[in-house]
Amino acid sequence: MALFILRRIGAGLVMLVALSMLVFVLLRLAPGDPVDAYIDPSAPLSPTEMAETRARLGLDRPLPVQYLAWMRQVAAGELGYSLQRNHEPVARLLSERIGPTLLLMGSGLVIAIIVGIAAGIVSAVNRGRPLDVALSVPAFVGISSPAFLTALVGLFVFSVILRWAPSGGMRTPGLPPSTGDLLRHLVLPACLLSIGHAALIMRYMRASLIEVLNQDYVRTARSKGVRERWVIVKHAVRNALLPVVTLIGSTLGAAVGGAIFIESVFNWPGMGLMLINAVEARDYPVIMAATLVVGACVLVANILTDIAYAAVDPRIKIA
Amino acid sequence: MAERAPLLELRGLRTVFRVRGREITPVDGVDLAIGAGETVALVGESGSGKSVTALSVMRLLPGTARIDAGQAILHRETGPVDLAGLDAEAMRAVRGAAIGMVFQEPMTSLNPVLTIGDQITEPLLVHGRCSRAQAGERAVAMLEAVGVPDPARRLAAYPHELSGGMRQRAMIAMALICRPGLLIADEPTTALDVTIQAQIVDLLEGLQREMGMGILFVTHNLGVVADMAHRVAIMYAGRIVEEGPVAEVFARPLHPYTRGLLASVPRPGEALALRRAGGRLAAVPGQVPSLMNLPRGCAFSTRCTLATDLCRAMPPDRVSPGPGRGVRCHHWAAA
Repeated sequence: MALFILRRIGAGLVMLVALSMLVFVLLRLAPGDPVDAYIDPSAPLSPTEMAETRARLGLDRPLPVQYLAWMRQVAAGELGYSLQRNHEPVARLLSERIGPTLLLMGSGLVIAIIVGIAAGIVSAVNRGRPLDVALSVPAFVGISSPAFLTALVGLFVFSVILRWAPSGGMRTPGLPPSTGDLLRHLVLPACLLSIGHAALIMRYMRASLIEVLNQDYVRTARSKGVRERWVIVKHAVRNALLPVVTLIGSTLGAAVGGAIFIESVFNWPGMGLMLINAVEARDYPVIMAATLVVGACVLVANILTDIAYAAVDPRIKIA
Repeated sequence: MAERAPLLELRGLRTVFRVRGREITPVDGVDLAIGAGETVALVGESGSGKSVTALSVMRLLPGTARIDAGQAILHRETGPVDLAGLDAEAMRAVRGAAIGMVFQEPMTSLNPVLTIGDQITEPLLVHGRCSRAQAGERAVAMLEAVGVPDPARRLAAYPHELSGGMRQRAMIAMALICRPGLLIADEPTTALDVTIQAQIVDLLEGLQREMGMGILFVTHNLGVVADMAHRVAIMYAGRIVEEGPVAEVFARPLHPYTRGLLASVPRPGEALALRRAGGRLAAVPGQVPSLMNLPRGCAFSTRCTLATDLCRAMPPDRVSPGPGRGVRCHHWAAA
């Protein structure tokens, strides 16, 4: 088990290095220049001054040299300083932002998993009946709606029209920080983030459980006089969860993408909002660091998925 | 043979399936009796309705099927009950407690994510027979009785850690742990190697001597029938075409289909001699008719060498040519 986790972490580090190279190169290929952001529109910089700024930031050196310099720093635990934002240390920016993002993504995923699995079970057990149809129609809508659309429509309906929840931010300005206030701000973006995933998980759970309910061992359980409720909960659901666990693991990456949309729509002070702002300003150190952190989160989540898989299925031996 | 107390009596049992808007009748008026401690073999080709008969008794039919007519009387200590008329909860109380069932595929009939111990103790626990700790002890004893070595350790094993033969033994332990009066074994040896088949048949015979349960043994293997059954019923296209004590039916088959079945069983020595002599194993010509399109008269008339206009026009009724024997053929006396 320990060996398995070590191996997975090793492979994950290699992936992270590859990811950082890719992002590094893509960023430099993209049009735009971070120095542009330094230009005060009322007092244009002369070309000499621009070159000096570029040299001071190390942006005039060849790409591989820049990359290696950045790598050396990262390896030493130094993520650098933002080119914008008053040269704040990237590490501090990240540490402020990662908490809200994990909170939002985590709650969104937990809601998606609970709702998706429960709805999938109900739908499969009532296959073809009105309840199944009533659950399947919204599921199809949920799967087909892109994150930015659900975010905007949800914001409009629940905050603007119904006024059930605040329309953005993480806290009410002027109020002392409290859990209740935080939850009020969290519930709408988390629910909207969960919609697409809940719908996908529900469809998978439904299909998987319908297949499992036709298996011989389900008939065996019935032949022993097990109550139908227990046949489903004890004998069928655990088997049906196997493919769903894989699905949840592989959608975590997509969940990050969805979180970025939600954060920008709801002005949620997380990594996604920071990343978007950084991309607009070509704030290279922040983009690089944020990408790495997001990548690391996805890799950790995938390792957890594998461990969860082994916990559900005794036929899989982790070694 | 001493008269046995009745255990299960099927009276005109009829099970229909809805398939693409049409109804088919895989079990069409089956009469069959099993006495206490008796082994009755239900024999037939694939699609003859023998497994559907077994599942009808257990009321484990798929959602598209229903018992349309007839009775399945189970004689219990508390008196006879018609299984076909029980409500779901009463039927659940019968399954696993009064009737145990073993299925064909030991590889897929055990739940892959639950331990053997969990699955074997389950009937005791769902029927409230004993505490969890006692159930564990009884499971060990039962596994020992079905010949699983090192039973205490096997309780913690998962099905994939056991061989096919061991899994089928575990299935049998599971079906018998509540000491039911009736065991329904639906082709329990078909998926196993020949040597393992013989072991399982021996095991069932031994358990029957010990526990005294009646066995409904569904199979297409006539060798197994000869080995362990007291009586045999031959099924064709949803009906029992011949039944009687095994020795009598095998010595003097009255239905042309039974004769065809017996003649098509290869005995290694004879088959070799036959081949050397340039002959071939006798096969019943043709195929089982589709249930969607059964002949109007005797269902076997399309393959029968003795068939006459009478056979093609009118299905034969059951006649009883001797004690305990029955046959559905217009021309049985010609045999």
